Amino acid sequence: MRKVLIALALAVLAGAVGGWVLTEPQSLAAGALGPHTANFDNGRTMFFAGGCASCHVTPNQDDRSRLGGGLALTSPFGTFHVPNISPHPQDGIGSWSEADFVTAMTKGTSPDGRHYYPAFPYASYQRMRLEDVRDLFAYLKTLPPVAGRPPDHDLGFPYNLRRAVGLWKWLYLDGKPFAADPALPADVARGAYLVEGPGHCAECHSPRDALGGIIPAQRFAGGPNPEGKGWVPNITPAGLKDWSADDIAYLLETGMTPEGDSIGGSMAPVIRNMEQLSPADRAAIAAYLKALPPVEGPKRREAGE
Amino acid sequence: MFRPMLVAAVFVAGVTAVAAQSNPIAARKDIMKAVGDQTKIATAMVREQAPFDLEKAHQIFAAYAEAAAKMPALFPPDSKNGDTKAAPRVWESMDDFKARFAKFEADAKAAGSAVKDLASFKEQFAAVAKSCGGCHESYRLK
Repeated sequence: MRKVLIALALAVLAGAVGGWVLTEPQSLAAGALGPHTANFDNGRTMFFAGGCASCHVTPNQDDRSRLGGGLALTSPFGTFHVPNISPHPQDGIGSWSEADFVTAMTKGTSPDGRHYYPAFPYASYQRMRLEDVRDLFAYLKTLPPVAGRPPDHDLGFPYNLRRAVGLWKWLYLDGKPFAADPALPADVARGAYLVEGPGHCAECHSPRDALGGIIPAQRFAGGPNPEGKGWVPNITPAGLKDWSADDIAYLLETGMTPEGDSIGGSMAPVIRNMEQLSPADRAAIAAYLKALPPVEGPKRREAGE
Repeated sequence: MFRPMLVAAVFVAGVTAVAAQSNPIAARKDIMKAVGDQTKIATAMVREQAPFDLEKAHQIFAAYAEAAAKMPALFPPDSKNGDTKAAPRVWESMDDFKARFAKFEADAKAAGSAVKDLASFKEQFAAVAKSCGGCHESYRLK
């Protein structure tokens, strides 16, 4: 009997240690990055391709360079309060090192060694090229510092256990940089990078499983809106059947669908980012979406839309 | 001859108003559908998929202005629920909601006077159409 108890205690301990090791937040060493000359134009492109402002801009004002955070993002797991990523030294990222920023973007770990929740789409940002992430950091530092810290996230149990995000990462974060299929034409490859990496389109346009991981077989096939009401459209050719690549590019530039509708909801701020990209980049995104395999998404449960 | 026509016109206007009052959700959907149809014509010209037509350009902006003038009255409190994609925020921020239609109406009228050719149409349409997404973002579900 005693042996059984000891064995059981050891098993629990091993599980706990294993779990603890498994959930250890990963960081980049401070000296891991080589020298880099920032390209601010490219940083600006990454800023708009990455849609940083969509979540981080201070709500209820029009200046999209003020990234004071504070937007409340509702989700099935609770409410996320978007943090301040302006270059404010105390309230934002003004005192971060470049390694801190690269770690946040590609490993989802904060400078104080805690996991970020994947509402911050690092599962996509991990695909970004290192130089693009560094250029983005350089660009962010040129924006105005904004004072003020939004409140902590308000999440239900067990999602409020930040350490447990390590398990999510173990399941869904592979740490692989983007690698385009060498057979793809140059514009499709560029579009693939923008869509899969900085653009993080799949984060909203894919259905997710119960743990909040994207279902790979239905990537880009749309699904219920993670923010609650409505439906996120399928952006594979199964959903965009009648759209030409030019229709998609025009939508990204103007928000206008081929049917003469102007899209709203969460995509409206995305359009305000996409309209800042070069026509070539918008065309590249369109070319990649047209090249995706057509995939049927989950069936809509609501009547109509 | 003039008086009977006037009476008829007033009567038609009255019936339309009553219909709008009795089913504001259907009325605003019809208006937005008409706006969408005009926008489809507009984007085809902007994208040079259809030849530019100055008369159509004027019609587009006139239709926008007319829609903007009619819409604010079509959101009575009892039209909040039902088969509608209007967001509850419409009724929480009615002043801003109405102000945006007033701005859209003024912008559409100004654009209608300014448009002369394809180049000016592209410019005016891009400016006016910005209001569409801004309002849909805040006040429409989806």
